Amino acid sequence: MDFICNLPLFMIIASLFSSVLCLLLKKKAAYTVCGILMVFLTTADAIVLYYTYAHSTFTYPMGEFPAPWGNEIRAGVLECLILLVFMIVLICSIPAGYRYLRWEVDETKHNLYCALLNLSAAAVCALVFTNDIFTGYVFLEILTLASCGLMVATETGRIVLAGVRYMIMNLLGSSLFLLGVVLLYGMTGHLLMVPLHESLAEISTDPSMMLTVTLVVGVLTIGLAIKSGLFPFYFWMPDTYGWSTPTTAAFMSSVVSKAYIFLLIKVYWRVIGIDLLERMPLHLIVLALGIAGVIFGSVSAIRSNDVNRMVAYSSAAQIGYIFMSLGIGGRAGYIAAIFHLLGHSVTKSLLFLVTPRLEEVADNSMIFKDLQGSALRDRTSGLLFTICSLSMTGIPLFAGFASKFLILLAAWDSSSYGVFTAVLIALAVSTALNALYFLRTVIRIYSHPENEDPENAEPVRRHHSLGYLIPAWTLVAVNVFLGLFPAITAGLIDSGFGMLL
Amino acid sequence: MLDALLNNYQEAVAIILFGIGFATLLFQRNLIRKLIGMNIMDAGLFLFLTSLGYIHGRKAPIIEEGKILSEAFINPVPSGLVLTGIVVSVSVTAVMLALTVRLYKRYHTLDMDEIYAMTLIEREEND
Repeated sequence: MDFICNLPLFMIIASLFSSVLCLLLKKKAAYTVCGILMVFLTTADAIVLYYTYAHSTFTYPMGEFPAPWGNEIRAGVLECLILLVFMIVLICSIPAGYRYLRWEVDETKHNLYCALLNLSAAAVCALVFTNDIFTGYVFLEILTLASCGLMVATETGRIVLAGVRYMIMNLLGSSLFLLGVVLLYGMTGHLLMVPLHESLAEISTDPSMMLTVTLVVGVLTIGLAIKSGLFPFYFWMPDTYGWSTPTTAAFMSSVVSKAYIFLLIKVYWRVIGIDLLERMPLHLIVLALGIAGVIFGSVSAIRSNDVNRMVAYSSAAQIGYIFMSLGIGGRAGYIAAIFHLLGHSVTKSLLFLVTPRLEEVADNSMIFKDLQGSALRDRTSGLLFTICSLSMTGIPLFAGFASKFLILLAAWDSSSYGVFTAVLIALAVSTALNALYFLRTVIRIYSHPENEDPENAEPVRRHHSLGYLIPAWTLVAVNVFLGLFPAITAGLIDSGFGMLL
Repeated sequence: MLDALLNNYQEAVAIILFGIGFATLLFQRNLIRKLIGMNIMDAGLFLFLTSLGYIHGRKAPIIEEGKILSEAFINPVPSGLVLTGIVVSVSVTAVMLALTVRLYKRYHTLDMDEIYAMTLIEREEND
């Protein structure tokens, strides 16, 4: 076994260790440690991605117990690709949101914030790489706790309340997930994904067991759907994302909820098996909930009267897209789901990092009326917001278009006219709704305030620090890359799915 | 049906406990009651796991005087999982209690709806 095979384990251990280290350090040193760790994680993940692409996937046994008993880490192209995008988002959102971290987080508590960031990086790595479903549960809870800590770092009353609500919904979700894991363990006696899958395939040959298996998969799905915010469980989203500091909002909307979805995809693909899943009515329910999420998320976004809530509700709609393409099923559906997951990660994180800058030039107000003309006073942020809006709406050149296109192709491949028609209508309606609320905001931020004195209307030139500009344009570059060359990424995802079995 | 339930009464009780805890966590307005519900829910799950691994008439897998007799022991894996689960549950409870203390100090109530109403008033005052 090559030395590179140790890297995934090193990544998890290094994150956990530096999390403890940050507790002992002062503010500046803690951010340095955090930055070094993020760079290490990104590089190591890129190396593992290259290795798995050039050679093949590998499983790394932990401890001295072999496969059916011990714990394992597994790295493949898909896992590394997703983690790479997550790490890019994380590494970009810390410096880009630092301006607000400095204001909103108490001076003595920055090292705690860094410790929580490192802890959640560890949890994300472990969730993505684990081959053991119970380890998945444990790191699910660690990620929930760490992200709740990141949320309440600002310590205002409403964010603590939002944190409590977030925790309650997540606890319901993760205990349902644990119930599913326990039932699976009771049925098969395994926790590792590969033996679990073999044993489950054997059990499900008996038609009388199909109902039980369907129920267990349903419990797992509901658990993770609550945690990631699928319709009708998305009502905690606006407070959670809208009130927390930009770095936390970007991290939670783009990494945390997506990590849960990726765990669900892993469970579907590696534990249940896609053939077995297609025989259950479950994927149609997921499809229906996904479509409902797309529509209702967009409608809620239109009805909201401040920009933060609008962006948060549009997250609910985008989560709906991902579940919709999971519900379409088939390999193409899963590829579209992963592609949309990646595209939305880079877009939504940038949106959460840009909107506070626009609010800042509008006297720190997030109401639409006050935002009028804010892009004229802060040209760069206005341009970035416009790019994100175009991507969200699904204009060619950006990731949003490519992923919607892939979803439609997957629906066409599913060879069911009902599914295709439903997806087509949902995509058409939601694109119109997306355009309505995003482009409405873009027009508003570019139009002159009504009662403004024309002589004072000269644009305020704002100089942004490189700590904001470099991460923001990096995220735009990833977005445009996904949008211009979807075949490369989709090919990587496809080969990743081939290796997942 | 009834026979199956009676034979597996531990699992049945565990699922009932899980349901009670789930409903308490979801529907109670008082934060402390919600937390108690969460702990009941977790206890139900742990009971389920423990009863999965228990074999009637056998002992805990602790090796004495170098004798290794797998026939004398229960399945140790579920017990290990329960221990891990307890650790997770304790830390979640601790974090939730800390948040509850924060909210109580600020709003002097434990009722979620009342706290929500007060944050709305706060927001209007700020705007």
